[in-house]
Amino acid sequence: MELALTGITKQFPGVLANDNVNLRVAEGEIVALLGENGAGKTTLMNILYGLYHPTAGTVEIDGKPVQFQSPGDAIDAGIGMVHQHFMLVPVFTVAENVILGDEPTKRLGVINRAKARDAVTEISRRYNLDVDPDATIEDLPVGIQQRVEIIKVLERQARFVVFDEPTSVLTPTEVDGFFEIVQSLKADGKGIIFISHKLGEALEIADRIVIMRRGKTVAEVLPKDIDEAGLAELMVGRPVDLVVDKAPADPKDVVLAVENLTVLDDRNRRSVDGVSFQVRSGEIVGIAGVQGNGQTELVEALTGLRTPLGGRVRLKGEDMTTASPRAMHQANVAHVPEDRQKSGLVLPFTVTENIILNSYYEEPLSRGVIMDWDEARDRATRLVEEYDVRTPGIDVPVSNLSGGNQQKVIVAREFDRDVALVIASQPTRGIDVGSIEYIHSRIVEERDLGAAVLIVSSELEEVMALSDRVLVMYAGKIAGEFDASASTTEVGLAMLGSADEAEEAS
Amino acid sequence: MSDDESAQTEPLSTEDPPTDSRSSMDRIAGVGSSVRQALLVPALAVLTALIVGAIIIAVTDLDTLPLWGTDPGAAFSQTMSGIGKAYKALFVGSLGSSRAISETLFAATPLILAGLAVAVGFQAGLFNIGVNGQMHIGGMVALWVGFSFTLPAIIHIPLAIAAAIMGGAIWGGISGLLKARTGAHEVITTIMLNFVALFMVDYLLKTSVFQATGRNDPISEKVNATAQFPTLVGDYRLHIGFFFSLAAVAFVWWLMYRSTIGFEFRAVGYNPHGGRYAGMSVAWIYLGVMAVSGGLAGIAGTNQILGLEPYRGISNFAGTVGFDAIALALLGRSHPVGVLFAGILFGALRAGGREMQGAAGVPIDLVLVLQALIIVMIAAPRLVRAIYRIKTPDQDMSTTVSTGWGG
Repeated sequence: MELALTGITKQFPGVLANDNVNLRVAEGEIVALLGENGAGKTTLMNILYGLYHPTAGTVEIDGKPVQFQSPGDAIDAGIGMVHQHFMLVPVFTVAENVILGDEPTKRLGVINRAKARDAVTEISRRYNLDVDPDATIEDLPVGIQQRVEIIKVLERQARFVVFDEPTSVLTPTEVDGFFEIVQSLKADGKGIIFISHKLGEALEIADRIVIMRRGKTVAEVLPKDIDEAGLAELMVGRPVDLVVDKAPADPKDVVLAVENLTVLDDRNRRSVDGVSFQVRSGEIVGIAGVQGNGQTELVEALTGLRTPLGGRVRLKGEDMTTASPRAMHQANVAHVPEDRQKSGLVLPFTVTENIILNSYYEEPLSRGVIMDWDEARDRATRLVEEYDVRTPGIDVPVSNLSGGNQQKVIVAREFDRDVALVIASQPTRGIDVGSIEYIHSRIVEERDLGAAVLIVSSELEEVMALSDRVLVMYAGKIAGEFDASASTTEVGLAMLGSADEAEEAS
Repeated sequence: MSDDESAQTEPLSTEDPPTDSRSSMDRIAGVGSSVRQALLVPALAVLTALIVGAIIIAVTDLDTLPLWGTDPGAAFSQTMSGIGKAYKALFVGSLGSSRAISETLFAATPLILAGLAVAVGFQAGLFNIGVNGQMHIGGMVALWVGFSFTLPAIIHIPLAIAAAIMGGAIWGGISGLLKARTGAHEVITTIMLNFVALFMVDYLLKTSVFQATGRNDPISEKVNATAQFPTLVGDYRLHIGFFFSLAAVAFVWWLMYRSTIGFEFRAVGYNPHGGRYAGMSVAWIYLGVMAVSGGLAGIAGTNQILGLEPYRGISNFAGTVGFDAIALALLGRSHPVGVLFAGILFGALRAGGREMQGAAGVPIDLVLVLQALIIVMIAAPRLVRAIYRIKTPDQDMSTTVSTGWGG
């Protein structure tokens, strides 16, 4: 009982996305598919799911070649896919979403809701998923929504399940729960393909790890034979520094002083509730915390995008509580936003246009309202070189770049000044190992040049590796402060709110 | 089913796919497409429309239809000659003589200006359907300046135009302000303000300020000769307004691609979030876009008063120009130069349509059918690609999900 992709080649105009790729997964086996962005993982999975047709190569199930003209064929053949972005109807219930597209009907085409509910309850019990069939999707946390996707796949009798970056949207506790589910699927004889670029997770969950690089399968290893550094090297094709290399901090003057800051979110809840902290020149302060504990609103308040309800923000002693984003920029605050595609870039704009996106109005990029494009192109040419942005040119839309290179464009734009304060949210989310290494080293470099740095990340390991001091945010408050030598477990506990209770008790 | 479909329309993204944050409107409006792409679909759309138009001429030729049963050969040749005659007349009427060319450019003048107004909106992610109303307001202001003063033409005409720009900009600006302040969708507000403007014109034309002495119907005083746009050649109708429209094309190109204002317009048009993060004031930019768009519409309105007989304000003097403008902005892919050519094409259809009606007996309404067909093709580029079997360059790589209206 085996799914095998053999010699898969997919040629796009100008790009060989898959080059003789081999991947097989047996029932009851978990295979992790690792690779950098652009390594061809997505293309391969799209071929498996019937969205693309391979230029060459075969897909076989149990030794019989199959050809999928559409995802429908793939589903019929027992292939299920849990996408990174869920495909659920937010206003429908769990049961309604599960049967969507394959509705059991009674006479006259009336939907058999009872049957749908039973199916959900059945699957939920069998795999210990704990999902209420009558809950409305939009009321459910992301982790449970993912389980609904899993139920959907199981309800269609999938024998092989592909998980596309399944943990990127989950909190650390949810990740643990997710791994339990994957193990129970395995125990039930399902074959699992686990797509990821998180090395630790692949080592933890997989029976076998397949690594892709530049459209080819370059290695196949067993977790017991390799460590993270080894995997990273295989993915990138050269040794990678996973530990952030930095000298001890030498903090000087206070640059950012936040006093008793309270911020409302879009639903008028106090998502930042009386937060105070300081960041000094020459130090990196990390804010750890499970996503949704007020970090987003805190950063928005600090960068002028959201007006605080109360409290003060001072930059080098000057009150910037109600400053606009532009005023913050002019005060030499570099901001790397958490969602680079939504906020950090204008995707259809060229690399040049994105490089000047927040300084186009300043001389020498423009005089009055007249832009100087030669100047803009000179700057773009220089920064692309200096920040190692891999792009076919400065006049291509930034949407053509990989995630890591897009992020480098943002970093180049923000750091190309005498930066006083860096505020970076999720600076390396969803980008490849090579780019992560590069961006980390740039951040440390800014610190060493005397900038104060505030890092906000939901990846605890990143915060721990990068920061000189770690603050934990929980339910809108600072739930703990640790120095760089604290253990991950200690900080992890604080992220779950336990330190908060301890603090209140004392 | 729906599972399959959704899977097909969204790329399976483990990695950052080259997703396109543009809205469906932007894609239809062609904002940001490459030159080759920008030309291919519109050209094929026009060709296809002409073919479909020919079929319509054939099946509506009531004299020939019965003949198909008895003598298909004769019916075929008769039909072909009918189509040939109609399209020949269309060509002769629009390009066949110096007078025809004058008529084409004369008809194109307000279309180009109004098309630019819509295109500026598209580029900034706003759908200005209110060009009609902005033309009426701009035109009324120009009209008032036109008959109230007697000044040297060199002062009078610029003064009237400047006033019309102000009028149109304010009228457009209202929608921009409503959007900036309250989030009201510009599609709704501009449509509604069209009605306000239309009936306000009717009302004003019957007030003592505007109404021609001795008249009871809504018609204004005649504009003084010093404010009338001078014609260019003999008794042809083409007037200096055409040069104003060329100047507007150059101005819009400069504004959008060479000024910081256009940079802001385009950035916010593609990604308002990104614009805000980069320190732009999205609210002010919406106001600015609608004011610029309305100002251009105001010049188009001026043209309808100062550029043609009877040089008076009449009911609904903007006609359908403001709506045709949407079509031609789409055809011109929202690029000023594209709008220029689309405007001339539509002008040619109008000029040629009259000849077609007269010489070939094909109703001028066919021109409207052609225009409509062109727009359907532009709005459905996949249809054109399917008909001509053009492969989208990155068909497989990035099928994008539509995100609805840009605004």
